[in-house]
Amino acid sequence: MKIDLAFKRADFQLLAQMELHGGVTGICGPSGSGKSTLLALLAGLLRPDAGSLNFAGEDLIDTQRRIFVPAWERHFGLVFQNGMLFPHLSVRDNLLYGFNRLNPPERQLDLKTVTALLEIEPLLARRPDQLSGGERQRVALGRALLYSPRLLLMDEPLSSLDDRLKQQILPFLKRVKTETRIPMVYVTHAQAEVDYLADRVLKMEDGRLGE
Amino acid sequence: MSPLLTPEEIQALYLSAKVALWATALCLPAGIALSWLMARYEFRGKLLIDVLIQLPMVLPPVVPGYLLLLLLGTQGPVGAWLLAQFGVVIAFTWKGAVLASAVMAFPLMVQPVRLAFRMIDPRLEQAATTLGATPWRAFFSITLPLALPGIIAGSVLCFSRSLGEFGATMAFVGNIPGETRTLPLAIYSYTHVPGGEAPALRLVYLSFALATAALLASHIISRRTERKLGYASDRSQR
Repeated sequence: MKIDLAFKRADFQLLAQMELHGGVTGICGPSGSGKSTLLALLAGLLRPDAGSLNFAGEDLIDTQRRIFVPAWERHFGLVFQNGMLFPHLSVRDNLLYGFNRLNPPERQLDLKTVTALLEIEPLLARRPDQLSGGERQRVALGRALLYSPRLLLMDEPLSSLDDRLKQQILPFLKRVKTETRIPMVYVTHAQAEVDYLADRVLKMEDGRLGE
Repeated sequence: MSPLLTPEEIQALYLSAKVALWATALCLPAGIALSWLMARYEFRGKLLIDVLIQLPMVLPPVVPGYLLLLLLGTQGPVGAWLLAQFGVVIAFTWKGAVLASAVMAFPLMVQPVRLAFRMIDPRLEQAATTLGATPWRAFFSITLPLALPGIIAGSVLCFSRSLGEFGATMAFVGNIPGETRTLPLAIYSYTHVPGGEAPALRLVYLSFALATAALLASHIISRRTERKLGYASDRSQR
């Protein structure tokens, strides 16, 4: 993935020029450095002021040629900081939300595989308000995985959890990495998380992305 | 024939229900669209639109009614055009009563629906779009169901307000038995004829019962819908 993006809002400016390859890319930086903004740009939730984004030979953004592929056509998964599970749907319906929008040949993972991988089978009939913080994040991860994303973006998925829960979830993330081989961009302010998971670690500071 | 109500009273009751239902049906799509727009976006002229929406609540009801008459009466610019083009007359018909009720009840529809939309985290819609849902699909599968308690509350308030609409209706469509004489107008008419106290009081009781039942139903349905939608969980997440 080739990133060359510029984004400005009020007194904040983000500049990101980087080439990402497969595996897990960790992006580490303090709060307010622009990590989440970068993920929103990659996911198609924000439009950059200038620049381009190319994924596997496909131009997703090219401001000069007025190309902007919206989020719902990018086929990237995004795991939000606090899961963002749909509160009116059961865990099963949350998990299948993106899956049901795929044509059967596009489905690379099925419900059984993902629920076994993340150990969430017993939760399927529950509502999001009946889940603990850790369970909620595992369901959010499962929901993104079942959408068979070409790239999985994770926006501080563990930041709202306490240390004990973080230690419980990290092995699941590692399992997802080794068993699904979906390329990931993992954003966090916790160096230990990227050291544990990432194949390559980038730094984000004051809106600048660097090695 | 009902042993309790005369045919005229039943007619007024039926007309009131018809007008209130049509007014609610008219306000519902416009109220949802406008509430969503006002809850989600900042744009020039938003304050002015807000003031215009709320205006019928603070104006004397006869003012919007008279303005409707000027605009939609057969001599008015829109009314004359409707008559010439489609042969449609709005003023002094039950359709006009629907329009007058809808204009007066619209602010009561918008307020709870807008509040319901504002309470929904926009990131839920973003999450849906990253799962392949178009913005329309995200709206209908996520936002609208989550706003349902507010939409139900708004609809019931709109319906109840339409049932009680008097001033604008009187000014725009008059007080024609069987055509525009709704419950409040029938009560008003009975209080102006000798021996009308008893039927007026019966209709007062009826209006009171209808409004109370509508508000009770609104609370019960809203509470049940909130529970069914797991709405409490959404609040606790934020």
